[in-house]
Amino acid sequence: MTEATAGLTVTDAIVHYGRTVAVDGVSLAVAPGEIVALVGPSGCGKSTLLRAVAGLEPLAGGRVAWDGVDLRGVPVHQRRFGLMFQDGQLFAHLSVARNVGFGLTMAGVRGAERDARVAELLELVDLAGFGRRDVTTLSGGQAQRVALARALAPRPRLLLLDEPLSALDADMREALRVQVRDILRQAGTAALWVTHDAAEAEVAADRTLRMASGHLL
Amino acid sequence: MDRDGSGLTGSTRQTEIAPPAAAPTWVEAARRREAWARAGRRLGLGGLAVVPLAFLGLFFAWPVATLVGRGFLGDGAAGGGLDFSEFGALLAQARTWRLIARTLGQAVVATALVGAAAVPLAHVLYKRSFPGRGLVRVLITAPFALPAVVVGLAFRSLLGRGGPLAFLGLDSSFAAVVAALAFFNLGLMVRIVGTFWQALDPRPEQAARVLGAGPFRSLLWVSLPAITPALAAGGAMVFLFCTTAFSTVLILGGVGYGTIETEIWRQTTQMLNLRAAAVLSVLQIVVVVGGLALAGAARRRRERALKLTGAGRATATAAPPLSREDWPPVVVTLVAVAAVLTPLVTLAWRSLRTASGLGLDNYRALATSRLSGLPYSVLTAAFTSVKIALVATAVAMALGIAISVVLSRRPTGPWARRTQGLLDSVFMAPLGVSAVTVGFGFLITLDHPPVNLRTSFWLIPLAQALVALPMVMRSMLPVLRAIDPRQRQAAQVLGASPLRVFATVDAHVMARPAAVGAAYAFAVSLGEFGATSFLARPDTTTLPVAIYRLIGRPGIANLGAALAAAVLLAAVTCGIMAVAELARGSKEGGEL
Repeated sequence: MTEATAGLTVTDAIVHYGRTVAVDGVSLAVAPGEIVALVGPSGCGKSTLLRAVAGLEPLAGGRVAWDGVDLRGVPVHQRRFGLMFQDGQLFAHLSVARNVGFGLTMAGVRGAERDARVAELLELVDLAGFGRRDVTTLSGGQAQRVALARALAPRPRLLLLDEPLSALDADMREALRVQVRDILRQAGTAALWVTHDAAEAEVAADRTLRMASGHLL
Repeated sequence: MDRDGSGLTGSTRQTEIAPPAAAPTWVEAARRREAWARAGRRLGLGGLAVVPLAFLGLFFAWPVATLVGRGFLGDGAAGGGLDFSEFGALLAQARTWRLIARTLGQAVVATALVGAAAVPLAHVLYKRSFPGRGLVRVLITAPFALPAVVVGLAFRSLLGRGGPLAFLGLDSSFAAVVAALAFFNLGLMVRIVGTFWQALDPRPEQAARVLGAGPFRSLLWVSLPAITPALAAGGAMVFLFCTTAFSTVLILGGVGYGTIETEIWRQTTQMLNLRAAAVLSVLQIVVVVGGLALAGAARRRRERALKLTGAGRATATAAPPLSREDWPPVVVTLVAVAAVLTPLVTLAWRSLRTASGLGLDNYRALATSRLSGLPYSVLTAAFTSVKIALVATAVAMALGIAISVVLSRRPTGPWARRTQGLLDSVFMAPLGVSAVTVGFGFLITLDHPPVNLRTSFWLIPLAQALVALPMVMRSMLPVLRAIDPRQRQAAQVLGASPLRVFATVDAHVMARPAAVGAAYAFAVSLGEFGATSFLARPDTTTLPVAIYRLIGRPGIANLGAALAAAVLLAAVTCGIMAVAELARGSKEGGEL
């Protein structure tokens, strides 16, 4: 790399998953504030690629960089990326507010400042006043919106969304993909959005990349 | 058309024309057959329950009742009736309270130590992969397979006079006993926590990492709350094993170091005060029952938690390799491996040390009958042990299989369910009872008419079977309970008779855990000392009893022979357990 490209750049990434090569030489870029959808059938390696960007899977080759700085050796918790799982993965033993505030706590934001940010995000996802609720009492759509709020709270440089709406029913999915897109736009957060639903990508993303059997098409 | 008996066509035709009263004869016959089959099934399960019930009544309930009576009923001369004088006298002694405090104290400290070490160990051995992981797992679990006599002797050879760590001055100390108990139970705890942790969905931890939590904070905030049920369940079991530890404490604690268990033994064999021993046994039963209740509650919470997190449906992702940030738990693991190896290596090394340098003299001495205090050679004692253990295993297996089959069924009727609930608590009662209580109970109950087994060969095998029974049940019950009842229903619907259902569904699944349970029962019987020490006569001196006799005698030759015999015993029991583990395969059934 001769010139520093702003945002995320993935260059010739290779990820092994057991003995199979899940991601085979993929290169892509996400500019600051841009929402890029990664579409493909299940098992094509798109989720693995996402996890590799987050640092959860080791790269067998190639590189992942932010603003031109190679992230090799930067552990997951220091990358300042957000990740939203298909089924939320909220912490069942913590309240909604403590879930949303988790990343802030980890970043050393405490007290009134944290509470204000948590309230702001709950408002953003239309769940104002839900802070003290037990996460196990939430509906699927509410849980996913809490997961979104939790991922956005520490102001990640990049949000990685791994089939964020697939676990929801059709009506909810359609309503939420617009809402999530608007929230991301409003926050100005760059996002890499993995989905197998071409319509979802169409609505939500600025740009759509297609992937099949480990390669970009 | 309708003769083929397919339910659908039959029922539609019936609603159209056939009046229900005029059912064809073959339907009647089928109904009758069904009723007989149901009665037979009930009788069959009932019969299965009767034998173990009778056994437990005779060899568990009766001795325990006798024991309680010995402690709290007045002598015949005093006119019977409740008599708390011995109880009061015992509780008035400061020594008794010291014993209780030490029993609970060593258990609490050892359990805490094991719990603290188990978390990093479980992380490295169950959440990460590296070459040689299987070997390290076996090594950490191996001490749990060792007979307690061997563990006591290994630590004594390490910390006692002439040992490489004798300069620490820990011989016969609280710290030494705690260290030995922790050594003994670490593998059990690591396994319980590790298998639970492994089955949990790893994504909450990953979510925490992405949100900026480092490895330690992710552990503290997310993993620890998630594995708490396993820690509690394992902790309750370890606590139970520590409070009922006998031979380790007897050998390692030395004169003057007493717990409730060793005091029962001292009062029985040295002070000949059976009354005091009985009261102490009752005290011990109270402690054990309390511990068991805690363990049961923790186990139920853990099962519920597993269901809650939907473990099992969690994706079977391979454990990632060790990375640089894993260094703190790796250091703990290395320390634990060293701590497990040191006493074992010391034991083996000292067994080879003779008056004339290193050699096999101590092992050769095992075949001679000139060792003091023994009626015959150590080798003969080993054969006696094998003979007794084989019989004990057979008894434990017969009982364990019957009980497990009865308890694993899920009856539908309210009465059947209530009866099963009752049987459940009855059969689980001996689970945690201490070997010393069993031995002492046998001694005061089966030693005279109406059931006089004093000179019978059966006395010791029966006691050992009672001690080994939990091993069989812990290995088989979870596997049998995990069978989806719909499997049996499917076989039934396809026309299999109850016996046939058992043969196709249950027996198939049972074979492996039964083999594992038998191996564990055999190893436990082989190394059993607590109960046997109360019951052994000269012609039934088992290997562990022989080892204990030898270290009580002066002379370097006796100690050498004891060390060699301990190595032999350890090698045999560990070998059996290793084979059992291989047979168990990768499927982790039971919680041994």
